[in-house]
Amino acid sequence: MKKIDYKEIEGKSLAYYGLLGGLGLIILIALLAVYRMEHEGHYITGMTNQIVWGMPHVFAVFLIVAASGALNVASIASVFKKAAYEPLARLSGLLAIALLAGGLVILLLDLGRPDRLIVAMTYYNFKSIFAWNIFLYTGFFAIVGVYVWFMMDHNMYKFKKKAGLAAFIWRLILTTGTGSIFGFLVARSAYDAALMAPMFIIMSFAFGLAIFILVLMASYKWTGRELGDDILVRLRGLLGVFVAAVLYFVAVYHLTNLYITEHHGVEKFILLEGGQFTQVFWIGQIILGGLLPLALIYAPGVRDSRQVLGLICGLIIIGGLSSMYTIIIGGQAYPLVMFPGYEVSSTFFDGVVSNYTPSSYEVALGLGGVAIAMVIVAFLIKVLPFLPASLADKQ
Amino acid sequence: MSDAVNHSRRSFLEKTAAVGAITIAPGIMLHQVASAKPDDQPVTDAVRWGMLINTNKCEDGCTDCVDACNAEHGLVGNNRPETDTQYIRKVTLREKQTGHELSLPLMCQHCETAPCVDVCPTGASFKRKDGIALVDKHICIGCRYCMMACPFKARSFVHEQVRNQTLSAPRGKGTVESCTMCVHRVDKAQVPACVEACTQGEHHAFIFGDLNDPNSEISQELAKHGGKQIRADLKLNTGVRYQGI
Amino acid sequence: MIKRFLPNTFIVAALAMLFPFAGTADVPLPVINEPEGEDVECVEPEDDMTRNHMNYILHQRDETMHRGIRTSRHSFAECIDCHVQPDEQGNIASIDSNEHFCRTCHEYSAVTIDCFDCHADRPQEFIEREKPADHPPVSLQQQVHQLLSATEPTAGDSK
Repeated sequence: MKKIDYKEIEGKSLAYYGLLGGLGLIILIALLAVYRMEHEGHYITGMTNQIVWGMPHVFAVFLIVAASGALNVASIASVFKKAAYEPLARLSGLLAIALLAGGLVILLLDLGRPDRLIVAMTYYNFKSIFAWNIFLYTGFFAIVGVYVWFMMDHNMYKFKKKAGLAAFIWRLILTTGTGSIFGFLVARSAYDAALMAPMFIIMSFAFGLAIFILVLMASYKWTGRELGDDILVRLRGLLGVFVAAVLYFVAVYHLTNLYITEHHGVEKFILLEGGQFTQVFWIGQIILGGLLPLALIYAPGVRDSRQVLGLICGLIIIGGLSSMYTIIIGGQAYPLVMFPGYEVSSTFFDGVVSNYTPSSYEVALGLGGVAIAMVIVAFLIKVLPFLPASLADKQ
Repeated sequence: MSDAVNHSRRSFLEKTAAVGAITIAPGIMLHQVASAKPDDQPVTDAVRWGMLINTNKCEDGCTDCVDACNAEHGLVGNNRPETDTQYIRKVTLREKQTGHELSLPLMCQHCETAPCVDVCPTGASFKRKDGIALVDKHICIGCRYCMMACPFKARSFVHEQVRNQTLSAPRGKGTVESCTMCVHRVDKAQVPACVEACTQGEHHAFIFGDLNDPNSEISQELAKHGGKQIRADLKLNTGVRYQGI
Repeated sequence: MIKRFLPNTFIVAALAMLFPFAGTADVPLPVINEPEGEDVECVEPEDDMTRNHMNYILHQRDETMHRGIRTSRHSFAECIDCHVQPDEQGNIASIDSNEHFCRTCHEYSAVTIDCFDCHADRPQEFIEREKPADHPPVSLQQQVHQLLSATEPTAGDSK
C-alpha cells in the first residue's frame, strides 16, 4: 500500500485568520447570550415551563448525534477495511471530537446552574440516562483521542485497528444513549418508543457524513490541495444510502405510532395540525432534508458537480436540525395526556398546545457551539498533520 | 458553646409560630398527624405521607389551596404565566361525551417510583423515606430533564432571580422546584398548607395522612370508597389519590 | 524565635509580590458586627466557626434535606437569625449590601457564597414581601451593538 503523506495546513493566510476571527465573533456573541441568560434567568429565552428544552438542545443534540456519525469514515476504513477511506480517517476522528465538544458546550451553558459543573461531575445517579451519557461522552473523547493518536504515531500504529474497533463500538453505544434520552420518557406521547435509539444511529450516519463532506471540501478548496472525484463519488453514494435509511426509519416510526390508538393524537399533531411543527416536519425534515437531497444524489447530469454535493450536504444539515426541532420541541408542545376522554384547562397551560418562538439568545448559543467545533478543527489541522497533502485520484 | 445557647428571641418566635398553628387549625393536628417526629430523628419508611382529594367537594373557581400554597412558599409571579412557578393548580375537566364538568387541584403526585428521580443525573431529585418527592436545590444543575419526564407537569423551573424568600421555602434562579408536600410543616406534625386552607374554608376536599397506617383517616377512606391515581397506567403508585374522576 | 520568624517573613514577602495591591484600600476590611448581649455565645467556639462554618452548614444541609433532621444547633436559619440584625439606626443589611454579616467577610476573602440565591438573607420579620421589580431584559441585538460600538463591556447588573 502506498504511504499517505499527511501535512499540516499552512494557516498563515489572511483568509485563515479571517475564518478564525469570524468564528471567534460568533463564539463571543454566544457567550454574551449566555451571560444574559444566566444573569436574567431563562425567562428571556423562548423556553418556558411548557417547552423546557428549546433551540440550544436542538443544536446540541444535532451536534452530538453528528459527532458519532462523523467517525463513520474512520470506522469504514479500520473496521470494514475499505482502503479508499484510509486517508480520511484522521480528519474523521478529529471532526467527531470537535462536534461532540461543540454540542456539550451548548448543553452545559444552557443549564440553569452551569457554575455547578463540578456537581455534575461528582454527584451521580446511576439510574439516569443523563448520568450514563456523561460517561459515554467523556469516554468518547478518550477513545477517539487514543484512536487518533495511534493513527498518527508510528510506534502505536499496530494497535490502530483495535482502537478503531473500540471507537466504533463506543459510538454505537453513545448514540443509543443519546436516543434513549428521549426514548425512555414514558410521560410524553411523542417520545415513548424504543425505536428512538436505532433511529438516532441512522440519523447520525447521515448528519455526520454530510458535515464531514462539507469540511473536507472546504479545507481542500481553501488550502489549494487536490481533492479527486473518486473519493467524493464514493462518499456521495454512501450519503444516498444513509439519507434513504433515515427516511425509512422516520416512516416506520410514524407508521408504528399510527397503529397505536393511544398515539393518534400526537401523530395527528405532528403530521397534520401542528402549525409550525407540521411545517418544519414536512418542509424541513422530509422534503428539504430527505427527498430533495436523495433526488439530487441520484439525479443524472450533476454527478460530478461539487456545488451540488455541497448543496446536498447543506440540505441534509437543515433536515437534521429540522428533525431535532420536530422531535424535541414538537414533542413537548403537544400537551400531556393525563385525563383521557376529558377536555382539560388550567392556568398552567394544561390541555393546550404550547407556543414556542426561538429567541435570539438560544440561536446565538446554538451557533456558538457550531463555531466552537469549527474552530477546533481549523486550529488542529494547522498544528497536527490531519489532512493528506493530496487526495488526487489514482491514475 | 453548649446546647443551652441563649435563644430567647428565636425561641420566642418558635413559640408564637407554634401557637399560631394550633389556633389556626384546631383538631386537624390532633387526629390526623398523631405525633411530631423528634427533631434529631431521621424520617423513616414506616410512614408514607399521602393525600386523598375528593373532587366532588372541590368547588370550581375556588383557589383556597392554591393561594395558601403560594403564600406558604412565597411564590410571587412576575406576570409571565408561561415561566412563573406553580406548585399546585386548579384544573377544570370536561368530559367530552357527556359534558360533565369537574374541578380538581393538581400538583406533584409524589410517586413511589418517580420518573423525575430516575432521570435526574445528579440525584437532586430524590424521595424521602416517608414518600415525599423533593428537589435538593443544592445539587440541582438546572438541566430540566425531570420536567421532561414528569407525567403530571408538576415541576417548574425558576426562570428569574428570586429575593425575599420565606424561611421554609428556599428557592432560586436556575433550579427546578415543585410541591414539597409542605415537608417543613409535616416534620412539625402540621398538615400541608393546601390541606389546611381547604379544611378552613369548610370544603374538606383534602385528607392528608399516612398511607401505611391502616387506621389513619386517609387509609380508612381509601378502603371504604377507593381512590384513583392519575395515569395509573404508568404504575407509579402515586401518593396523591383522587375520588370522583 | 528568629528561626520561626524568618520563614514567615518570606511567605509574607512572597505573597506581597504575588498580590501587589493586597492590603491597600481597594478591598475594605470586613466589618463584623457581633450579636448583641453578653450572654450570647456562638454554637461552636468562634475560631472554629471562622474556619469550619461551611462544614457545619454543609453537614446540616444534607441531614435536613434528605433525612428530615431539623435540629437547630447548626441550622442555617439560626445563623441568620442571630447574625443578621439591624444596626442602631434600625437598618438591616441585605445580601446585596457589603455590610451583610456573611458578605463582608466573603467579599474580603473573595469566596463566592451560593447560599443566598435560594435562602432568605435576613430573618423573616425584616423581609418586606412585595412584588420583585420587573426589569425588562436588554435584547441580544442591543448587546451586540453595544459590544461592537464600545470597548467597555455592558454592566447590566441589577444589584
